[in-house]
Amino acid sequence: MVRKLTMTSAFLRRTLHSPILNLDAIRRQFPLLNQQIEGHPLVYLDSAATAQKPQAVLDRMEKFYTEENANVHRGMHVLAERATVAYEGAREVVRTFINAAHPEEIIFTKSCTESINLVAKSWGRNNLHKDDVVLLSILEHHSNIVPWLQLKEEIGIKVKWVDIDDRGQFRLDHFIDIMDDGGVCLVAITAQSNVLGTRPPLKDIITKAHEHGAVVLVDAAQSISHGATDVRALDCDFLAFSGHKLYGPDGVGVLYGKRELLQAMPPFLGGGMMIKEVRSDAFTSADLPQKFEAGTPPISEAVGLGAAIEWLGQFSWKDIEAHEQALIAAAIIELRKVNGLQILGHPVGAQNFAPVHSGCIGFTIDGIHPHDLTDILGKKGICLRAGHHCTQPLHRALGITASTRLSVGIYNTLEEIRSVPAAITAAQSTLRSAFPLR
Amino acid sequence: MDLYAENILDHYRHPRNKLPLPAGEGRGLPVRSSEGAKAGEGVEEVTHEEVNLSCGDALTIGLSIKNDHVTGVGWEGSGCAISQAAMSLLSEELVGKSLKDIDAMKKETVYELLGVPVGPRRFKCALLCLHTLKNAVRKFRKEEVRGWSETVGG
Ligand SMILES: Cc1ncc(COP(=O)(O)O)c(C=O)c1O
Repeated sequence: MVRKLTMTSAFLRRTLHSPILNLDAIRRQFPLLNQQIEGHPLVYLDSAATAQKPQAVLDRMEKFYTEENANVHRGMHVLAERATVAYEGAREVVRTFINAAHPEEIIFTKSCTESINLVAKSWGRNNLHKDDVVLLSILEHHSNIVPWLQLKEEIGIKVKWVDIDDRGQFRLDHFIDIMDDGGVCLVAITAQSNVLGTRPPLKDIITKAHEHGAVVLVDAAQSISHGATDVRALDCDFLAFSGHKLYGPDGVGVLYGKRELLQAMPPFLGGGMMIKEVRSDAFTSADLPQKFEAGTPPISEAVGLGAAIEWLGQFSWKDIEAHEQALIAAAIIELRKVNGLQILGHPVGAQNFAPVHSGCIGFTIDGIHPHDLTDILGKKGICLRAGHHCTQPLHRALGITASTRLSVGIYNTLEEIRSVPAAITAAQSTLRSAFPLR
Repeated sequence: MDLYAENILDHYRHPRNKLPLPAGEGRGLPVRSSEGAKAGEGVEEVTHEEVNLSCGDALTIGLSIKNDHVTGVGWEGSGCAISQAAMSLLSEELVGKSLKDIDAMKKETVYELLGVPVGPRRFKCALLCLHTLKNAVRKFRKEEVRGWSETVGG
């Protein structure tokens, strides 16, 4: 124990005192961060909900609207061509970013949520039958739960759940047991919990699922901005994420799917763009990826997402991970100083800090509701999120109704993290001075 | 002005009319009444619970009612300071009121009791008490309980 602790402090001394990234330069590129809230500097620790956007993204979208805007894949004029080149260019940027084999494996949607729904409504309705099992983890976000519960209502599939242990870690043993029970056709799993920050062992999960002939969908909404994603190395069948958590705009999401799977799937939404031919009594679908991009797609948003990925590409994942791990480790150390505060998935007495949590940590404080806490902190410019974070099954499993989440992005500093405990302690005394705890 | 003003915190720390309600609805409800009277002749009781699933705020209101007037009130609940303080403040207004008076209560009634501006972030916390109260009265009248947009107007 003692040894472990000293190793940890050595790790922290190293990381906390040697700036890995040039944060002043990074922060200057996020105009929103440079503001005061009621006289306090803004401390944005809610990037898991949505990340702020660098100037490069704002500029690229403005350039699109001032110089290139037109509808895509329609029309022969010069603007239509510019817009189409920009939009398809973004698709290629996304392809490279997640190492997909083909650009037509990248479908632009409006969000991670829509991407998952596309899989449920198109692949699911066509491939799942009554009593087939869809396997989720208890860590999932509602957007990777409800589409499957809808199929349960619609066609009578079964939804099963993999547990977590007391550190908030996906229980691989439980997963293997359920797989071995048979009947699992799809495993739909988060790559990173949006509350605990824990990461299920995707590679092991996917290998095992494939041995049983099951298809795997990865919800990469959280993981996408915190580490490299390689769909070919993972060998996942589908992977979904949103642009807005990746320093890009909202209104655009991505679905990656293996080409053979996407080709065999019926279209999701019907309309323009997604057809080859329409007659009065029938239609034929367009080829990939247009088959799944009915209507006018989020064009400027996709272009903005491409710009965000290119902007992020100037940093190495190694540096980003080291920086963010240092922030999370510091947050754990700092928050543990607060009386009555429990970090979820981090039992009292636990000594090792990293790398169990990535991107965020969730916590509760005895006698203080997260909404009161975050309301009071918000007035001091500190933005944390409170609630169930769209993970009611997880909260129920943890025996709580709500929690507070601290999440980090590339632009956060150790000073920001260090400003949190004192603000929490002040909020505590506001809320409960002379107050006999019930 | 600050949402966490002293009078709100005072009601949060020292909730008025907060009583442990018995399990099960409408049984032997311990209510306080202006006359200090126990449930007497002609007094009927109703209990109703509402929860705010998005954050876990929960309130149960019990009312004693005689001749269409509230003769006693008690409540139980858990959640954030705003939801609990608003319930406490509202509970002080109820004894002696007619059910028609309660029908006439609007969200502004609660905002006035709180005495601070309630922004869009917290209106559900502030108005859970009124939502619960309105549905308690509906239940008393054997009417169906209603959603937020109908009880407190959105
Ligand atoms: C793990 C996870 N999955 C899915 C989503 C849904 O993303 P969106 O709301 O952008 O569709 C989120 C966003 O909160 C998330 O954290």
